[in-house]
Amino acid sequence: MALKLPIYMDHNATTPMDPRVLEAMLPYFTEKFGNSASRNHEFGWEAEDGVKLARKQVGGLIGADPKEIIWTSGSTESNNLAIKGVADMYKDKGRHIITAIHEHKATLDPCKRLAKMGYDVTWLEPAADGIVTAKQVAEAIREDTILVTIMWANNELGTINELPAIGKVCKEKGVLLHTDATQAVGKIPVDVNAAGVDLLSGSAHKIYGPKGAGFLYVRRRKPRVRLTPIIDGGGHERGMRSGTLNVTGIVGLGKACELCRLEMDEETARLSKLRDKLDQGILSQLEHAVINGKADQRLPQTTNISFPYVEGESMMMAIKEIAVSSGSACTSASLEPSYVLKALGLGDEIAHSSIRFGLGRFTTEEEVDFTIDKVVTAVKKLLELSPLYEMVLEGIDINAIEWGAH
Amino acid sequence: MAYSEKVLSHYETPRNVGSLDKNAKNVGTGIVGAPECGDVMKLQIQVDDSGKIVDAKFKTFGCGSAIASSSLATEWIKGRTLDEAMAIKNTEIVQELSLPPVKIHCSVLAEDAIKSAIHDYQEKNGLDHDHADASEHTKA
Repeated sequence: MALKLPIYMDHNATTPMDPRVLEAMLPYFTEKFGNSASRNHEFGWEAEDGVKLARKQVGGLIGADPKEIIWTSGSTESNNLAIKGVADMYKDKGRHIITAIHEHKATLDPCKRLAKMGYDVTWLEPAADGIVTAKQVAEAIREDTILVTIMWANNELGTINELPAIGKVCKEKGVLLHTDATQAVGKIPVDVNAAGVDLLSGSAHKIYGPKGAGFLYVRRRKPRVRLTPIIDGGGHERGMRSGTLNVTGIVGLGKACELCRLEMDEETARLSKLRDKLDQGILSQLEHAVINGKADQRLPQTTNISFPYVEGESMMMAIKEIAVSSGSACTSASLEPSYVLKALGLGDEIAHSSIRFGLGRFTTEEEVDFTIDKVVTAVKKLLELSPLYEMVLEGIDINAIEWGAH
Repeated sequence: MAYSEKVLSHYETPRNVGSLDKNAKNVGTGIVGAPECGDVMKLQIQVDDSGKIVDAKFKTFGCGSAIASSSLATEWIKGRTLDEAMAIKNTEIVQELSLPPVKIHCSVLAEDAIKSAIHDYQEKNGLDHDHADASEHTKA
């Protein structure tokens, strides 16, 4: 079968919708269009039934009670609600929050805003392997700590933080734990009780559901977590998030979660095999290429590889048939390379040339083979062009050079 | 990211990739940029007794526009005198390659690389040059 180009290898950014999810959603656009808050007629009840089922499906995937699911527009909103909501609700108890420097911006920015408002934020720094450990969290917790927010799996690296262990530490110390599990939900087993998580953010479009639908898990028992809402209005979602529910999106999110739950074992086995093939295919042919983040503690379908002495954007150009994400400065608004890679202590020449490959449900082995070939050819060509590589071959330490500003 | 056809052409088949002997007296080497900023250009010229650039080579760590700018620069300076090469302006590179505003720094870097290579040649050979200008450039 001929390969269809371009190839999508950026499933950590977003995923195509599974046709089964679309099928579940369709009736809710036209026939079952009711407002789930309409309590007094058939249209409302139908929509409410769809939402109820979705609550069960989401809860079923993460080991939560359906009542503990708060619908949002996606993980950015969920993180904002969790972090700002807890900070405000518990401000009389304390004003200290713990997070890490290589979290997603949707966590960093709410924390920065709180810092400006007078909260004290501790920014944990990972070791070179990218992992946030339970020990780090335990050492940072103080009398006045009200919230720890640490992502389950990192979006750029795919690394999995010490999650059940961090939850245990927080439970022992009586501190609430929020986790941005956007990348972990549906990819690896996530259980809020086993992991001791009090709040958890998730998003539909990362798991073959629609964009614009997400959820925040908010623990109801032991302890009962309370939040100050960000959006006030009709008091939907236990008063934590007002606004007419995005019924179609929610139905899609529910179906996506159900599919992940039923197919996770099989999908993980298939994708981790393909991901390992990609890693080995590239690393065995390119001597300087390195995996970023702890290789044996990652999501099964993600890999982040640096190609030292090769610049990221030219690399993307050379593999333009493959849609990937780069840590290069040129692909973002700023000149700085990825702050996540910098957090690992990588040199600029390495952080500038890293690529995240995100495999997904519809990725085929042919696509992986094609990717390996393309990447290896591109890097070899660009190394030929690279003055930095030439210096390294000559035995010059490029970090010892005083480079001019420009 | 829409690249002009000329950028793509230089990127796909860069002209004059390679290195000249940096220790040779008739070779000038310019290395500009910084890995931190995602651009490093090395441009080398070989100059004959009459002061004409007879060969030029480059290697560039950078985006497609940076590679194209330096590739074009080597094409342009071959056969020119040092003074003629010195007169090349980054705006001419911008125009030739239709670089968008965000990529203008690539052309600036290419101009700097030419000047830096010429200064290196002049310094090696005890010729006059504007010292203040050269001091801005990176020396490996």
